[in-house]
Parts: sequence; C-alpha cells; structure tokens
Amino acid sequence: MAIYLDHAATSPLRPEVLEAMMPYLTTHHGNASSIHASGRRARQGLDEARETIAGLIGAKPREIVFTSGGTEADNLALKGVAWAASARGRHIITSSVEHKAVMNTCAMLERRGFEVTYLPVDRYGRVDPSELAAAITERTILVSVMAANNEVGTLQPIAEIGAVCRAHNVPFHTDAVQAAAFGPPTPDAWQATLIALSAHKLGGPIGIGALYVRQGTALLPQMQGGAQERQRRAGTENVAAAVGFATAMRASYRETPNTALRDRLIGALTGLTGVQLTGHPTERLPNSASFVIEGIEGGDLVAALDLEGIEASTGSACTTGSVEPSHVLLAMGIDEQLAHGSLRLTLGPETTAADVERTISVVEGCVARLRASAPQVAASA
Amino acid sequence: MSRIVAAMSGGVDSSVAAALLAREATDDEVIGVWMRTHGDLPEGYELSRSCCSPDAADDARRVAQILDIPFFILNVEREFGDRVIDAFVDSYLEGATPNPCQACNQYIKFDELLRRGLAAYGADAVATGHYARLEHRDGRWRLMRAADADKDQTYFLWVLSQGQLARTRFPLGDLTKPEVRAMAAELTLPTAQKPESQEICFVPLGDYRALLEERRGYAGDPGPIVDARGERVGTHTGYAHYTVGQRHGLGVALGEAVYVREVLPATNTVVIGRRDEVAQRSFTVDGARFTAGEPPTERFEASVRIRHRAPDVPAEVTMVGRDRFVVETAEPVWAPAPGQAAVLYDADECLGGGRITRT
Ligand SMILES: Cc1ncc(COP(=O)(O)O)c(C=O)c1O
Repeated sequence: MAIYLDHAATSPLRPEVLEAMMPYLTTHHGNASSIHASGRRARQGLDEARETIAGLIGAKPREIVFTSGGTEADNLALKGVAWAASARGRHIITSSVEHKAVMNTCAMLERRGFEVTYLPVDRYGRVDPSELAAAITERTILVSVMAANNEVGTLQPIAEIGAVCRAHNVPFHTDAVQAAAFGPPTPDAWQATLIALSAHKLGGPIGIGALYVRQGTALLPQMQGGAQERQRRAGTENVAAAVGFATAMRASYRETPNTALRDRLIGALTGLTGVQLTGHPTERLPNSASFVIEGIEGGDLVAALDLEGIEASTGSACTTGSVEPSHVLLAMGIDEQLAHGSLRLTLGPETTAADVERTISVVEGCVARLRASAPQVAASA
Repeated sequence: MSRIVAAMSGGVDSSVAAALLAREATDDEVIGVWMRTHGDLPEGYELSRSCCSPDAADDARRVAQILDIPFFILNVEREFGDRVIDAFVDSYLEGATPNPCQACNQYIKFDELLRRGLAAYGADAVATGHYARLEHRDGRWRLMRAADADKDQTYFLWVLSQGQLARTRFPLGDLTKPEVRAMAAELTLPTAQKPESQEICFVPLGDYRALLEERRGYAGDPGPIVDARGERVGTHTGYAHYTVGQRHGLGVALGEAVYVREVLPATNTVVIGRRDEVAQRSFTVDGARFTAGEPPTERFEASVRIRHRAPDVPAEVTMVGRDRFVVETAEPVWAPAPGQAAVLYDADECLGGGRITRT
C-alpha cells in the first residue's frame, strides 16, 4: 500500500462519513424540495447537516449556502458580491498567493472592468495587514485573503485582516478550504463576511462545499434556476454529500493534529543539502511540509516517489504537465529556477512515524538520483 | 526486473508498442509517458491531428489505463522550443531545409526522455513506436531497418549512439502497419482507428512562414529568382520561404519544370534550375555520427538516403576529419538539400549519417 502524503489535494473519505451518507444514497432517496414523505426525509438530512456545520463554526444555519465545492464557493463569493456592489465601486483587494479559484475569478472580473489589487506577501507568504489598510479606497467593495495557503501551508493573520476590513467597513471573504481541516473557521473572531469551505479536504466527499454568507450581505446568485438555498444557489440539493460534509467536519474537529510528524519531516529534509522549507516555520498548517529542492524538477521527483510507493505533490494538484512555476513561490520571492523544484508532503490522521521515516530516506535517494542525471553529466551517454 | 519507459504519443503505433511491452514483458515494469512539447493553445484552437495536442494526451492516458500501467506527463516544452522549433526556424533562415522529426527524436525522445526518464522513473530503457529493429551482433548494437520497408523510420534514428541503442526498445520492428492496426483493434485501444499524422506537429496547416515571423521576426523581403546562368527570371517573397528541390510557388514560367537549386541568404537570392541541373553526384556532410561510434574505415562503400522515402543510392563515402564526410554517388541524386540528413546503410544496417552542407 502506498504511503499517501497528499491530504491537501484530497483526503480519504472517513468510514463514518460513508456510513452516514449510505442511507441517502440508497433507501433515503428523495428530493429535498418535494412535498411527500421521501422529500421531507431528504429535507431533514439537509437541514441537520446545515445546522451541524453552522453550529461548528458559530454561524446561523441560514448563513450556510451549500455549493459544489470550494471553487464554486469562491466564485459565488467574489462574483456574487462584485456584481451586487458594482454600482457602488469596482475595486477588489486580494493577495498574490491565492488558490486559482480566487485568482482566476479575480482575473475574470478584471476583464469585466473591475480593478484588482494583489497584495504582496513576505518570504513566508504572509500579507501585512497594514498594507491592506493602505490599499483600501472608498471604491473597494471586497477583500479576499485566504486563511491558509494550499501550497506552502502558511496561515494568514486572518483576525487582523478581518479587523482592518471591519474598521473600513469593507466586506471580507476568506478561502478557508485548507484551514478548515484543522479547526473550525470562526466568522465572528475573524470578522469575516464570507468563508469558502470544501468537504473533501477534511475526510468528506468530493463535490460539496459551502459558502458562509453573513446575514445581510448583498450577493447576486451565480446559478439561475430553482429557489434552493434561499435563492442563492439553484439546483437540487446534494443531500447525501451535505450529510457527509457535516459528519466529516464534526469528526475532524474531535482530533488533535500531530505536528510532531510534520516537524520530523521538516527537520530531516531541510537537513539535506540544497533543500529549504517554504512557507512559515511555525505559522503553518499542522499537516503541511513543503520545500524547494535545488537541481531537480518537482514533477520528476513526484513521479519518482510515486514509483517508490509514496504519493506526494509539487504543491498543487496539476496533471497537465505545465512548466509554469508556482505563482505562490514566486510571490514569496523564491528564485524561478528553484521554484521548479517544489515538493509538498501533507500528512493525514493515518500517517505513521514509520511512513515518515521511509519517506525521508526515499526522498533523499530520489533527489540524489535526479541530481546525478543533470544535463551536463548525462545526455551524451 | 527492469523498468521500461514507453513513450506514448497518443497515436496507434506507440500505443501498440506499449501494449506489446505491457503484455509480453511480464517481468518488466512498463511506465507510460506522454511528453508535453508545447504550452496550452489559445482558446478555441485545435491541432486535432498532431501528436502534441491535448487530445493526444487524453488518448495516451486512456491507453495506459487500459493497459494498467502508470502514466506520467513529462514536460519538455523548453527543450522542444529550443532544440526543435527554434532549430526548425533557424534552418530556413540559413537557407537550409529543416529536419524537425529527426531533431525531436534525437533531442527529445532519446536524449531528454532517456536522461530524465531513467532518473525520474528509475528506468533502464526507453521504448518507442518507431518502425526499426535492433540487433546485437559482434559485440555491438546495430540499428536495422524495419521489417515493413514501407514504414521504416531509421532515416530519423541514425543519430543514436551505442549507449542509447543499448537502452532502447522498438517493439514494432518486426510488424507491418496493418498488423499494428489489427492488434490495436483486438486490444480495443481507443487509438486503433486514428489517422496517421502527416503535418509537422507544431506547424498548424503547414504554414511555417507565420512561425518565422513569430519566433524570429522574419517577415520576408522580396528578392531575385535567378537561373543557372545568373539571369533574373522572377521575384521571390523572401529567401527563407524556399527550400532546395521545391517546385511549386515559384511563379516562374520558363516552358519547362523548374526547381529551387540553391537558396542564398547572404544575397537574398533563390537559384532555380531544370530537373537535371538540380541533381548532383557529390556533396558534403557534417555533424557526422555513427551508430558504432566511429566510421567503418576512412573510405567505404555504403548506400545513402537523402530524404525520407527517397530510394537508396550506392555511394562511396570518404571521411574528412572526424565529423565530416564527402559522398560520391554512382548515379546523380536528386536535389541534396542543405540541412537534410544523409543517412548511410550497409544493406539493412543503418551506419549513421550527418547533415548535408551547402556545396
Ligand atoms: C485553498 C483552496 N481553495 C479552493 C480549493 C478548491 O476546492 P474544491 O476542490 O472543493 O473546488 C482548494 C482545493 O482544491 C484549495 O486548496
């Protein structure tokens, strides 16, 4: 069995989640909008899931909008607020290390006449709240800064960012898709207006997420159709997935993440020559260890590890083989050449100390092999 | 146990090559690799028939899934851009005829895939869907023509060294194209019915002129077309738009068929001639490489081929230094074009070759 160290890409479905979903995939069929008993039973599952999630994050159930995932939640937040507020202003502020779900949505809004400011980050990938304060104008209609970065695991000073937004009375969206796997997002402590969530990063099914929308927020729906989700997201509700999402969230908040294994990985790998940690040394996701490695191509290393039974990532789940170095690493000031050699290892609840030790020695061996084949030496063989 | 990287283009040939390895080599582990040679195309733009389109990656992946082998994408955009596309463009600018398929084989499929494939995947060998055979005889590897003479691709493989040949497999070498198609159909591979790709994969619709402008800013500067005696007989659109042997698009009416005989960048001149004026009995070749590592002797007999699918011609080859040779053919050969490969054979064995130079 392979050692799976790519939980940031997606995490295995928890057994209790599958169990909770099963009835809704088999006997408890029914459309949650139907009048009859089957419909009511489905509706109950959906309502309970919404209540569970709202309860876990300290929100009201009506503030939770189910979506098809984190990407859709980000799209709904950004486009929904942008279009609703466009008469008032057309300026959006985000960071330069966002997930593509935010970044490309901003790019699309730019093409539609919005102005977007991309805040710089320090070498750990953190936004400076005072730079945010300086960037806000009276035309600013939304700030979007992620809670935790998916590539390098860095946590943003999210409450401080929220406080700046609150002080300027600007709505604040945060993509908490990664952060939410390790403790409940807190809309009130963060002073967030909108929060994007996804189930599959915390042991739930792929294909469901949610957007927390603070009551009273003007949001234009991005999907036209039926009146589901209080007219904010049309489409027959995915009840089984919503139940799975709620179950997964509750289960993951009962666990305390084991940072010792992450720290062992970081310590051992940064001890190798030409390997450096990316992201913040302490203010980072408890399961995330990310690196840049001199003299290798990240994609080649990940393929090599796979053939040795270790499943890792270069930083984002990308199978198209594009060579664009990560915008996150570049924004952190990492040299372009070095940025090609990225490796991300993200641990899960099932990861053992033995897995970590094996990973350390296999990474060391593969890196040595890849470096030995650098063009100058081989090619002419 | 050995590990073999199967280069999968998404076409029927490399699909069957991978299938043969995966099915027969029970002891070997086969890994499918598709090489990404260029970036995303602009939206709404398709190169559906080329081996480098995203569709081709989809096809290769589906075949790998059916064969139950691991599948990776290897990015070679940088190398392909420098070694194949730029070299292609520069060839025209030098007044020569480019040889992109050979460059791709040499630099991408063998140098790059062997080097990186061996390192990244811990592999021992690379397999491709080329029609060629390998034999180990008298202490060395020999590159042999394919059993299907019609499909033989040794013309594009002459650059391979002993080190590379030792780590290469050509599973299709003993098969004919119809047999390969039948095998693909039998295995229900989605690529079984795919048409042959003919165009150059990075030149959509065969219009390379746009590429000259895009990569090197060459828009073409009109100049003289002259005949063998130096008499001006017409006007061309820019020397780099012409290659030796070309007949069409000259816009010259001399009452008989004329062909490009020479392309002269220095004076922006295109020289034409009648059919017999374009033939030659002797030409020089540089960048020579021999599959054995060295030429058989300083002077030897071989048959020479100067373009894909052209007939072989008996010739005498004389080495001039380490990597140059002069070819003298028994019969005049039709339009040896600077830039094209001259490939040498001893019966069915490919001895090596080089690049025809301006004479
Ligand atoms: C930070 C972040 N935002 C958004 C997403 C997208 O979520 P989903 O895969 O549910 O669409 C992901 C994960 O892919 C992510 O890591």
